[in-house]
Amino acid sequence: MNLELSLEKKFPAFQFKADVSAKGKRLGVFGPSGSGKSTLMNLLAGLITPDRGFIRLDGHTLFDSEKRILVSPKNRRIGVVFQHAHLFPHMNVQRNLMYGFKRTPEKERKISPGALIDVLALGHLLDRSVHRLSGGERQRVALGRTLLASPRLILMDEPLTGLDQHLKYQIIPYLKRVFQEFDIPLIFISHSLREMRLLTDDVLVFDKGFLSHCLSSEDLARHNLVSGDRAYANLITLKNPLPHKDLWRYTWGNTDLILTEPGKEGENIFELPSKDITLFKRHPEASSARNLLHGIVTDFFNVGNRVGVELSCSGEKLICQIVPESVEELDIRKGEALVAAIKASAFRKLF
Amino acid sequence: MDLNHRFPASSQYHENRTQAHGGDTMVTMSPQDIQAIVLSLKVATAATLLSAPAGFAAAYFLVFSKIPGKTVFEGIFNLPLVLPPVVVGYLLLILLGQNGFMGPLLGKLGIRVIFTLKGAVIASAVVGFPLLVRSVRIGMEGIDEHYILASRTLGAGWWDTLFTVILPLSGRALIAGMTLMFARSLGEFGATIILAGNIPGITQTIPLAIYDYTNTPGGDSMALSLCLVSIVLSFVVLMISESMARSFKIRP
Repeated sequence: MNLELSLEKKFPAFQFKADVSAKGKRLGVFGPSGSGKSTLMNLLAGLITPDRGFIRLDGHTLFDSEKRILVSPKNRRIGVVFQHAHLFPHMNVQRNLMYGFKRTPEKERKISPGALIDVLALGHLLDRSVHRLSGGERQRVALGRTLLASPRLILMDEPLTGLDQHLKYQIIPYLKRVFQEFDIPLIFISHSLREMRLLTDDVLVFDKGFLSHCLSSEDLARHNLVSGDRAYANLITLKNPLPHKDLWRYTWGNTDLILTEPGKEGENIFELPSKDITLFKRHPEASSARNLLHGIVTDFFNVGNRVGVELSCSGEKLICQIVPESVEELDIRKGEALVAAIKASAFRKLF
Repeated sequence: MDLNHRFPASSQYHENRTQAHGGDTMVTMSPQDIQAIVLSLKVATAATLLSAPAGFAAAYFLVFSKIPGKTVFEGIFNLPLVLPPVVVGYLLLILLGQNGFMGPLLGKLGIRVIFTLKGAVIASAVVGFPLLVRSVRIGMEGIDEHYILASRTLGAGWWDTLFTVILPLSGRALIAGMTLMFARSLGEFGATIILAGNIPGITQTIPLAIYDYTNTPGGDSMALSLCLVSIVLSFVVLMISESMARSFKIRP
């Protein structure tokens, strides 16, 4: 995706202004509610007409106020997945899924319904009324409906916000798989840092209707090292657990991690809060923490009254959150060797 | 405009009619009564079917268009609901009568509205229209805009969205509105008697026939039997409408 836009739109109580030039497959749009995230989505999809500016997607002009170009939503071929799914209530799952497909010219169809229904595991739901779907199923059907119209770009407006934690992490693997398999660029709108890091590479940050900055989703998370429930957590992908007494052992880089939580064969993603890692200058001979990892400091950064320390442990990165006093006592510098102690129970399985 | 000759019903006619019944039991009906029932059904059906698309369009306009001054149109659409039907009938007479605004045009086209079935249909259609629009409009206002936006982003054009999303989602309201309108048309009196007159076999519907009977000595039992027919008809209409609405019901 190569998206260039420069847009202005005035509302009675709100002004939107953004200049964006973004490349990449997975772009996030981040900001508090009322910051203009959804406005951007509506402008891109053609559901709101901007006052002035232009939108170009992969060389196609979708809107240009000077050249008087305005492509209708019907012809933009930009798919939208709304926050509340908004499946057509008078159609069953199958008819919902095929609504966009039927309206896509044959030569534009890139995704076959059969393959998509398999990937999203919707086969057993096809004849069901949309009122008898769970929240997670609704979002999967909504995603499928949008994908089957073979859009040039998919916009997702906080699609996971209404779901509880459990369902949310059930859907994310589907999302990841779908976007990998069908190669459709994604713009993902959310105010959840966790979702951003799991689903996007780069993030546009909006504030009060203005685009404030553009950075990688990892950097965005680091900037929010300590902000409450958004505090930085390491996302660690672990495969193929092996039993280790009554705990579980996973291979991580070229070392092992001991966890209390079992996982499935194949990929599991665990969350490890940065504040749950303790740093030692020298190896403590014995510790109640089951994981004592050797690491080299590759970077550190201040956020408020905390310091984020980036360690390189056996080829993998780890962010630890400590206080400035500890930085002095441990004499933390780049290239310094440290030992990180992590309790087996500090890891939380996301999916 | 000379309106004096507009009531052809004569006292002689009334006598003929009551004699035909000869004071029988309540449910016996003269051929003219049957005609009145058939005419009522014809008028109500035609008026409802003719108004339905227009009412749907008017409701769509009121709900979805962004033109300023919509309230003016809203007022115009609702006017027949608050005006006395006789006034509506008289205004229609001025508009469509031979010497009316559109009379010469209709005359050239060979269309006669006054004292005809067409007149009765038009009178019913105009009087019942606001009820239809009101009902459809409430239904349409209940449609979440996101369904419409979703269909647009999925590649549906304006007509496509109208027929595959908006129409099905306001189906219940449309049926409810058509029922109201049908029932209202069965009972239409004031506008019909002014525009179409009270001609047995041509424009005399059930209410007009009842009116005649109540003006005739000994017509009470006849009037009552037509009232009974009225009640049964209205009840049947309600039942049909309920079952149709149920089949359109969207929530499980």
